[in-house]
Amino acid sequence: MNELPQWAEWLISFFIILGACFAFIGSLGLLRLPDFMTRLHAPTKNTTLGVGGVILGSILFFSVTDALSLHELLIAIFLFLTAPISAHLLAKAGLHLELKRIESTRDLRKKPEQYSDRDD
Amino acid sequence: MSRFLPAPWWSLFLLTFWLLLQNSVSFGAVLMGSILAVLIPLYTHRARDYPIKVHKPLVALQYGGILLVDIILSNFNIAAIILRPRKQIQPALIEYPLDISGAVPVTILASTISLTPGTITAELGKDGRSLLIHALNVADPEAAIQEIKQRYERRLQEIFQC
Repeated sequence: MNELPQWAEWLISFFIILGACFAFIGSLGLLRLPDFMTRLHAPTKNTTLGVGGVILGSILFFSVTDALSLHELLIAIFLFLTAPISAHLLAKAGLHLELKRIESTRDLRKKPEQYSDRDD
Repeated sequence: MSRFLPAPWWSLFLLTFWLLLQNSVSFGAVLMGSILAVLIPLYTHRARDYPIKVHKPLVALQYGGILLVDIILSNFNIAAIILRPRKQIQPALIEYPLDISGAVPVTILASTISLTPGTITAELGKDGRSLLIHALNVADPEAAIQEIKQRYERRLQEIFQC
């Protein structure tokens, strides 16, 4: 194991713990939020910073101990490309199956026929 | 563009991608990446039926920066909502009228909405003129729509001139 300078150790630990915290809060959100649509918000957003923190930690660790390493950025790129798409598909499925929403949800659709499956 | 570089931005992206995959900028990696960055668009550009042109690359960069900051802020936002014990949240389904058109700009806007504070794009209207957004916690839906318009849609309009 190479010796890490003190500042790098602190910085890397900070990013990894930050990432881990957000990944955990995202999972906790799945448990705590009241219905399907609100639950979708937790993993799509919080995991981006969760993974982002771990990626930053990894980039720093390998850049300090070895040569500059940036290919972790690809993970971030793929995540940014895929997270909104999977969230969109899940939301779409939930919408069309008309899953139960909690009562405080306000439905502000002015033209509901634009979003329904029925061709009438 | 020219005959050998039908999509220069796409080529640049592929080259960067290749260098990241290789995790080095040696001569061999750059050479191989350049060859791929020329060959792949030549082979695939016929399949692209959605010609796009980035009119304002600088605004696009600025857009990326704003998006990054907003994603980080939205993470803290959502974390606070999750952690606050039994807080009454106010979700809403909002209809968002689109001013921009075209497959690529609308896709980018929809993805942006999904990535940023408390909103997810659930559906695109059948006529393609509106998005249905699910918001996790909004007090004033009209203000939320205006914010998306000011922050993102206006810039996309500038970038793609659509």
